[in-house]
Amino acid sequence: MPEEFSLAWLLVLLPWAGAVLLAFLKGEVLAARVNCGVSAAGFLLALVVIGEPFAVQGWTRLDALNLPLLLVAALIGLTTAIYSLGAVETEAFDTLRLRAYHAAFQTFMGAQALALLADNMGVMWVAIEIATLASVLMVGVHGTPPAIEAAWKFFILCGVGIALALLGTIILHLAAQPVTGGADGLSWAALRAVAARCDPGVLNLAFVFILVGYGTKAGLVPLHAWLPDAEAEGPIAISAVLSGLLLNAALHAVLRVKAILGANPDVVPPENLLLALGLASVLVAAFALWRRRDARRFFAWSSILHMGLAACGFGFGGAVGNLAGLLHMLGHSLAKSAAFFGIGAAIRLRGSQRLADLGGLCASQPALGWALLVAVLAVAGLPPFALFASEFLLLAEAASHHAWAVLPLGLGLLVAVAAKITVGQALCLGEARPDLAGPAPGWTVLGPIWLHLALALLLGAALPGPVRALLGEAAGVAG
Amino acid sequence: MTFGQLPYDVAHLLGGGMLLLSFMLLYQRRVGAVVNALATQGALLAAAAAWQGFVQDAPQLYLTALIALGAKAVLIPLALRLLIRRLALARGVDTALGIGPSLLAGVALVALSILVALPITTGVAAMAREDLAIALSVVLLGMLMMITRRNAILQVVGLMSLENGLVLAAVGVAGMPLVVELSTAALVMLVLVVAGVFVFQIRGRFDSVDIALLHPHRGEGG
Repeated sequence: MPEEFSLAWLLVLLPWAGAVLLAFLKGEVLAARVNCGVSAAGFLLALVVIGEPFAVQGWTRLDALNLPLLLVAALIGLTTAIYSLGAVETEAFDTLRLRAYHAAFQTFMGAQALALLADNMGVMWVAIEIATLASVLMVGVHGTPPAIEAAWKFFILCGVGIALALLGTIILHLAAQPVTGGADGLSWAALRAVAARCDPGVLNLAFVFILVGYGTKAGLVPLHAWLPDAEAEGPIAISAVLSGLLLNAALHAVLRVKAILGANPDVVPPENLLLALGLASVLVAAFALWRRRDARRFFAWSSILHMGLAACGFGFGGAVGNLAGLLHMLGHSLAKSAAFFGIGAAIRLRGSQRLADLGGLCASQPALGWALLVAVLAVAGLPPFALFASEFLLLAEAASHHAWAVLPLGLGLLVAVAAKITVGQALCLGEARPDLAGPAPGWTVLGPIWLHLALALLLGAALPGPVRALLGEAAGVAG
Repeated sequence: MTFGQLPYDVAHLLGGGMLLLSFMLLYQRRVGAVVNALATQGALLAAAAAWQGFVQDAPQLYLTALIALGAKAVLIPLALRLLIRRLALARGVDTALGIGPSLLAGVALVALSILVALPITTGVAAMAREDLAIALSVVLLGMLMMITRRNAILQVVGLMSLENGLVLAAVGVAGMPLVVELSTAALVMLVLVVAGVFVFQIRGRFDSVDIALLHPHRGEGG
């Protein structure tokens, strides 16, 4: 048990308590409202945590690297719960599935918060495993054959992934064991402090397993196969949190281990491996985007692209590269979940998730159409949103220190941006398709979208001073 | 600790036994025999964990051993057998890569893990590094099984064997904190995988657990 109880634990325990409660609630609207309430409380708690001093307390730590990710995660948890409040009726859950869905959602929220907060690498691993199990349940909740296939693939691939991550964690301990004698052998702070005296070969081996393991969860090519399937199935709210939160938690875990290796001068630079996987993700995803016919799969591939870009940022390393990667993770979470909210509302209106059936939203549903168009442009990385700022930083860093990377990176970005603008145009401005009967999307859709876009704008166009300082410090933590 | 000392020899014997069983998993042609081999591997893992608990004077490892014995040697194999009988699954092993080539690939993977683990871990205690080489081999062989077998149930067996390798690695590292918690958490995942197969099969969604049949559901069609 942790020696001290920190406020941060409440961020984990509150959603889990909510999950227990929601597992017993039968009313559809009541459960969705309680879900919102728990998420709102979690968000307020995250705001309170800002005031906490940066420190290690028992198994948890709070520092500049996980604080911004936690805040964005809590916000997206809240907006997704609000979106889900409006969408839950159309999912046509029976009572059991309704309870499973809400309980799994809050379990996931708590587990990803723990994965971000954990100082102990073992606890981090358990948290990511719990988050995986909860999201498998949410992906397969409808029980249709495609949903079961997606959930099965997710389960098996990520099962192998997290198993390898555990092996990496064990090897990390093995590396530190001769130095620490086993005490605190899994604490990130302790590992980082002794990394310089650890055997570099063992550290290399640990990083390879961690990268392959958590990289599977982060959706990096060639370990990405589960992601498009998983995001195409299950309630759309799940796609928003999978893209926005789970991928970030996994990449954050890789970053922590990269920082440990960064403290030892004799290791093979972990940046090289990250950069290789990142560039592969960018290139594969950029071309794959052109061949998608399913809207949710399209945005899932875009998540692979953006995770690749963030990995490139961390692969360049240094203050600028890490800053670009972090800003990219935050901007991607905000923009992508906004796009998923819009796409979810459109899918509900048209009764299909094929891109061809979703065209012409601006004509039939102007409020939704324009919001979605702006969200797609934000995802595409056009100015003035956060992804533009981070991609600009990324290219600038590549041009100044890694000139060879400019060509593949620029090519991938160009191809991807063109694909997204094409799809955005077809979705929103093309010829209108007939809508099914049903109410127009209300505030539960439009509110979250515009809120996310406003924040992405703030991050991109006018990065406030304290946020800039925080991200700068975080870039230092990431090594 | 070097060759000729009892703690080292017994640990090596048990680890080597697990590795041998990983090969047995690869060459069995009947699903029932595969499940038996998996159960034996679980029992050996329990013995290895208990031995490490004795050698390292770490009583919590006895708990790991007990959990491994109960779950991996008894309960999960029983559940798998029940599953096979209840669903009247084919008793033969359907391979994507033949038995002979699988075994050759297995030997290559063992050579690879020895080449990887031994040279770079010279600074680590001898027992830990050879344990790591064996554990890494078991892990890689489990992955090989997942790749080369087409039935969902054999893929689950591969995942379990992989996880046996992980626990072997964890108990072999002296002073590893949270061993019990981590191995239990990993076990929970496996139990849920089995439960998943169970639930979905009982509901009769598919006529076979051959995952090739799932591919038509990949979406994006038409």
